[in-house]
Amino acid sequence: MTTEKTNTKLHLDRSLALERLKAMIRIRRFEEKCAELYTQEKIRGFLHLYVGEEAIAAGVMPALDAEDAVVATYREHGHALVRGVPMNAVMAEMYGKAEGCSRGRGGSMHLFHEPTRFYGGNAIVGGGLPIAVGLALADKMLESKRVTACFFGEGAAAEGEFHESLNLAALWKLPVLFICENNLYAMGTALARSESETDIHAKAASYQIQSESVDGMNVVDVESAARRAVAAIRAGQGPYFLEYRTYRFRAHSMFDAQLYRDAQEIKEWEAKGPIVRFQDWAEAANLIHPDDVEKIEADVASEIAAAAAFAEAGTWEPVADLTRDVITGGKQ
Amino acid sequence: MTELTYREAVRQAHKDALNADERVFLMGEDVGQYGGCYAVSKGLLEEFGPERIRDTPLSESGFTGAGIGAALGGMRPIVEIMTVNFSLLALDQILNNAATIRHMSGGQFNVPLVIRMATGAGRQLAAQHSHSLEGWYAHIPGLKVLTPATIDDAYGMLGAALADPDPVLIFENVMLYNRPGILEARVADIASAAVRRPGKDITLITYGGSLWKTLEAAETLAAEGIDAEVIDLRVLRPLDNAAILASVAKTRRAVVIDEGWRSGSLAAEVSARIMEGAFWELDAPVGRVCTAEVPIPYPKHLEDAALPQAPVIVAAAKSAIG
Ligand SMILES: Cc1ncc(C[n+]2csc(CCOP(=O)(O)OP(=O)(O)O)c2C)c(N)n1
Repeated sequence: MTTEKTNTKLHLDRSLALERLKAMIRIRRFEEKCAELYTQEKIRGFLHLYVGEEAIAAGVMPALDAEDAVVATYREHGHALVRGVPMNAVMAEMYGKAEGCSRGRGGSMHLFHEPTRFYGGNAIVGGGLPIAVGLALADKMLESKRVTACFFGEGAAAEGEFHESLNLAALWKLPVLFICENNLYAMGTALARSESETDIHAKAASYQIQSESVDGMNVVDVESAARRAVAAIRAGQGPYFLEYRTYRFRAHSMFDAQLYRDAQEIKEWEAKGPIVRFQDWAEAANLIHPDDVEKIEADVASEIAAAAAFAEAGTWEPVADLTRDVITGGKQ
Repeated sequence: MTELTYREAVRQAHKDALNADERVFLMGEDVGQYGGCYAVSKGLLEEFGPERIRDTPLSESGFTGAGIGAALGGMRPIVEIMTVNFSLLALDQILNNAATIRHMSGGQFNVPLVIRMATGAGRQLAAQHSHSLEGWYAHIPGLKVLTPATIDDAYGMLGAALADPDPVLIFENVMLYNRPGILEARVADIASAAVRRPGKDITLITYGGSLWKTLEAAETLAAEGIDAEVIDLRVLRPLDNAAILASVAKTRRAVVIDEGWRSGSLAAEVSARIMEGAFWELDAPVGRVCTAEVPIPYPKHLEDAALPQAPVIVAAAKSAIG
């Protein structure tokens, strides 16, 4: 997570290339480990992987400042990691351990983290958008320069809360960055089977919100657009909407047999995946070298191993504390 | 000590809260230029301006969620929803976010949000504007549910709710807005029930709009030599068990009066708690007077017949006494 104040332009040098590549590989390997831990029944419940979509979190988060807020969905491991939620705390949360970032109460879908202003992990499709609007309303009323970044899938565009929130944000000129991660499917429902207007960013435009559609598989494009958007928001221009076109390589969750798409389609998208694509490009441009990638892989592997060990060694909250944190300072 | 209406007491509470704390603001449909659908916020726009008396579009879920976000972001919002029936469009935000965020975040984030809404029947507004769903909300851990019935509570509960670190819902019975009274106590607690009429023969337990009908019933009973104690629950969540059980232990008989429907009602909950906590003290089964199990009908005579009324309360009390 970067904290510099004037981060509007992207200077793609070697260190930045390494940072972005590492961010994406870190998410990818972390989630692969999660899938493995899921089959071992260490992680239970719903587990939604971000595999294929990493460029978005990796590109958007650096455009935000430390004081900004993030609202995400149930597919938020990547967002939390790049935002700066410690991997140990994320992994422990996946296990449901007391050392988790939500003290184990949330699990995979409800990662929360006050130090990085990470407001969840919302597992109601569209449910995070009104909250983001409210966070931004508070900032506006408090005359703060903070921005609230709100991530959601294209499936949310069918929900009323999406439209209510876009309208409110535009009407009140609130500092919200809406980030639609359009991976073409809402569970098994292809976009064209659920929307009369499949151009999502056009919907935002109809609310008088500045909006763009961007290649979400290209981390450089993702970041450039995000910096443009954040700069416009901080300049007082009101909300901004970015539709990132992307693709989910894995199943919707661990319970999905993927009857709604064929393997060939997945293969084609994998070939233009965000990591291979950026890595190949950066190597060809001589920004990075194969041994850089080896080092990233090694660093990430040891961080993940440590996180799994941390989670494994974590503790279960005592059952006597069952009704803790229902209301402040007491039990109901 | 000046006389004012319940509506004026709620309005005065808003003014005082807005003056006392810059973080407080009111938002909802028609709270500003229109003056509030029940005129609670009339005049506030002129005094506090459109930022703090914020008209919203017809987006119950959107602006209730925005209230949650603003509360998370350091403000002290009051969200007004026109009536409890419309709050169903915001139920996702109330239940899935306001009530859960503290818990889901492992105690890192709390939502100091106040949501006010009108509830109850009696104005012939028929089956989409008249229901009493506060008992539903009282089902939800993570929320506090208040039902001010008196002038003091109409005034004092708002301040107490704003001071609370967690989401608080305030249900204002529509039949109370015009009720006059004297504002005596400016500070209200939001934890306990109140004995509105002491008595020794039977406990009548109620809240909100039914309080006044119950007090009326108690006077009728008194004329017939039955000394009823009337308890105003005031807070439906968390329920003041101790007050209920203490009164029942004394009178050994209870009737619960609830404007919600009988099945799965708050009255059922209160009755169950009496059964659990005072079964051996009881001299009679716990009685209930609830709204008839029908969507509230439009014609006056049918609406009246559907709701708890003093004569029915009197009859239920007599039958408990035997
Ligand atoms: C209100 C609501 N309805 C249904 C669901 C079940 N559900 C979970 S994820 C999902 C698909 C959402 O798709 P999209 O918004 O495109 O995000 P993606 O999962 O592709 O990241 C559905 C239908 C839900 N969680 N919330």
